Amino acid sequence: MRCFIGIDLGSTTTKAVVMDENQHVLGRGITNSRSNYDTAAAVSKQEALIDTRLTLFRRGLASVPEVAGRVDEIISELERHFRHVQFMEQLDDLEATCVSNIKGTRFSGLETAARDVLAEVFRRLKAHSASLFAPGARRKSDFFRDLAGSDFMQIGEAACREAGLAFELILNLYDKSIIEVENRPPAGDMEGKFVRALEKGSMTASSILKPVQDALAIPLEETYVVGTGYGRVRLPFPKEHIRSEILCHGLGAHMMYPETRTVLDIGGQDTKGIQVDPQGIVENFQMNDRCAAGCGRYLGYIADEMNMGLHELGPLAMKSNKQVRINSTCTVFAGAELRDRLALGEKREDILAGLHRAIILRAMSILSRAGGVKDQFTFTGGVAKNEAAVRELRKLIKENYGDVTININPESIYTGALGGATFAVRAVVH
Amino acid sequence: MSEAVKEPSMLLQKDMIAKNYDAITSKHETGRKVSSTFVPGNLNELLMCFDILNNLPEINAIQNGMRKLSGGYIMEAEKSGHSEDVCTYVKADIGMMGRGNIAPNGKPFPDPDVLLLSYTGCYTFMKWFELLRAEYKCPTLMLHVPYEGDGHSTKNMRDYVVKQLKEVIIPGLEQVSGVKFDIDRLREYLANSAKAEDDLVWCLDQGKRKPSPIDSYFGGVYYIGPIFTAFRGRQDAIDYYKALRLEIQARIDAGQGPMTPEGKSLDDQNYRLVVEGPPNWTSFREFWKMFYDEGAVVVASSYTKVGGMYDLGFRHDPANPLESLADYCLGCYTNRNLPTRVDILTKYVEEYEADGILINSIKSCNSFSAGQLMIMKEVEKRTGKPGAFIETDLVDPRYFSAANVKNRLESYFQMIEQKRQGAHRAA
Repeated sequence: MRCFIGIDLGSTTTKAVVMDENQHVLGRGITNSRSNYDTAAAVSKQEALIDTRLTLFRRGLASVPEVAGRVDEIISELERHFRHVQFMEQLDDLEATCVSNIKGTRFSGLETAARDVLAEVFRRLKAHSASLFAPGARRKSDFFRDLAGSDFMQIGEAACREAGLAFELILNLYDKSIIEVENRPPAGDMEGKFVRALEKGSMTASSILKPVQDALAIPLEETYVVGTGYGRVRLPFPKEHIRSEILCHGLGAHMMYPETRTVLDIGGQDTKGIQVDPQGIVENFQMNDRCAAGCGRYLGYIADEMNMGLHELGPLAMKSNKQVRINSTCTVFAGAELRDRLALGEKREDILAGLHRAIILRAMSILSRAGGVKDQFTFTGGVAKNEAAVRELRKLIKENYGDVTININPESIYTGALGGATFAVRAVVH
Repeated sequence: MSEAVKEPSMLLQKDMIAKNYDAITSKHETGRKVSSTFVPGNLNELLMCFDILNNLPEINAIQNGMRKLSGGYIMEAEKSGHSEDVCTYVKADIGMMGRGNIAPNGKPFPDPDVLLLSYTGCYTFMKWFELLRAEYKCPTLMLHVPYEGDGHSTKNMRDYVVKQLKEVIIPGLEQVSGVKFDIDRLREYLANSAKAEDDLVWCLDQGKRKPSPIDSYFGGVYYIGPIFTAFRGRQDAIDYYKALRLEIQARIDAGQGPMTPEGKSLDDQNYRLVVEGPPNWTSFREFWKMFYDEGAVVVASSYTKVGGMYDLGFRHDPANPLESLADYCLGCYTNRNLPTRVDILTKYVEEYEADGILINSIKSCNSFSAGQLMIMKEVEKRTGKPGAFIETDLVDPRYFSAANVKNRLESYFQMIEQKRQGAHRAA
């Protein structure tokens, strides 16, 4: 079948969306942007195609009476097994890379010991991996780097202690190797991995196997790919396949909510206020300039300063009942202000609430420069997932623009890629 | 980047500028007097009547920006206490003084004999010359040009400027130079100015053609060079504009667009723009490339009017010499109020059949950047054409964020394209 793909190369994550020729979304994929945009684009695209397969399985199973009511469960099991197969494959790659990196003077005389410890570490990693993909297991991240990394720290340290080897040696191997592994283009044979995933699971009934295998046999043809985002110039595409993310975000928001007239996107390093017409065509836009304060990275920096996970900031800020005023719009200064407030005895949640407000105030300024907020208003980008930021935004929109419908899509991080995929369909079909 | 390809008119101008710098830096040998003065409201013909050479600090800052020297000069000025927010032309100038005041010909600038300040809308000029006066301790002559706050000048305003010319500026220059003022000499120079101005207006007007044989911003800053600086009123300026006219005519005859620094003419023009605000000088070529790579040509700009709005009909007039100098100063783009700027830019978008207006707002220019967002919105509203807003700086390299500027420009061009397609579909 013909697939139309949009890839949004952001500063933090790279997203891909696959669409069919009727502009229905078939799949979405996301990965960390790494320092290698080519790989990030390839991985996100593959992830979106994997998701597309799952959609096709879902469609295939929808018409099977025997599995009625169980389709979600089946798909989820299949996906877990698939992810596990994929994870094992990446672990094998990581192990081989680590072993190949045992060289140089620092390992002299320790080669065998290092190889033995690595073998033990990876044996335990693989044994432990099943639990990562067990039903109901909560994973902190879906990126291989994060998953393998946190386990490696724990297991590696223990194994080294037992073997009497300095953990730094092994950690150094890991650090070096994970970059190599991460920057390698993704392994192919998605279909083969699905077959193995099927074999792992309990889905042996022909009522399941047949429709899944049929769906697996449908060729996914990459008809047209459109790239957008900061890394777009790195994409190996001809110029007409590359669109500005302003246009992609405008169109993506329109596809999600056709009544959208104003879009706010807060991404990793920029904040955009965009006005679109009833067709999703951009009429006007403003962006932050010369300074990325108040963008997603601001939160990342604050999370680091507070030694917290990025996703923990919003929930903690929601607990605040007394907002601390943060004046600085400069990310680095905000860090100083944060420490100052902590020293004064202010509570973490109250300071965080203030920081979230500071971000949104900056976004409000960009919105007003872009011509204000019109009904309906759609908020996109990674920061739209942060409930504390959303709460402040709702408050300020209401104060400044009255009752406006505010749309926030759970998949809003894919807005740019969705716009890109729509452009891809339009380029060929319309 | 490879060496920029220069057209014959550019080489001609380069030679004129070099000779002027040589004349300035050899003043001790020749005994000539030197003034410092600004581009808007520049009274070159009057200075010529006293054999005074014209040195323009803004132009020096631009030269240093394009020669990648301004960054160091600005830091030098900051060391001596000038804050980050101060106009970077000022800081580049002050910093240059701090580092030996070396002219582009490698020789030190001599101290000026007089500071001639025609105040035409930019209040920083006053502060700048206060600093220079403290440094050089030379006579300072200030011509106060009233701001056209109501959108036009009155007889009263004109009389006020003429009175200052008669009572302050001319006697002051006589004293500095020891040369007696001769109004017939002024008339002769003004007649020369008008000739060159006619040709300049013809050149800038060619932006109305499709394809446009000129770029009225990146090319335009070269075209205005002689007339905005030390050459207006001189024969070499007349010759320059004749040569430029022939050059542009040749491109028209060949159906060619403007020449880019890469030596190719931009014939395939996808976007016609009106630009408001000065260019960035430290990344001038990189900035220009962002336009011509996308097939964008600037058909009209306001920056090419800061030293005189000849396209609106003004000419220096030998029949009314002092009055026409007054009118010239009053009518500079920097001396116009916001509604007038909106009117002018709207007229440009319409008459030059542009796809929209782009504003390059200058971070360190508080007086000229104020109100630009409103200008953009108003022009958008009146013309129905989309606008875009980017921010850079004059000569501070730290404020040119290439990735950001490029991103916005590309978005803007694609937005124009998308709107066009939308309009076609609707039609």
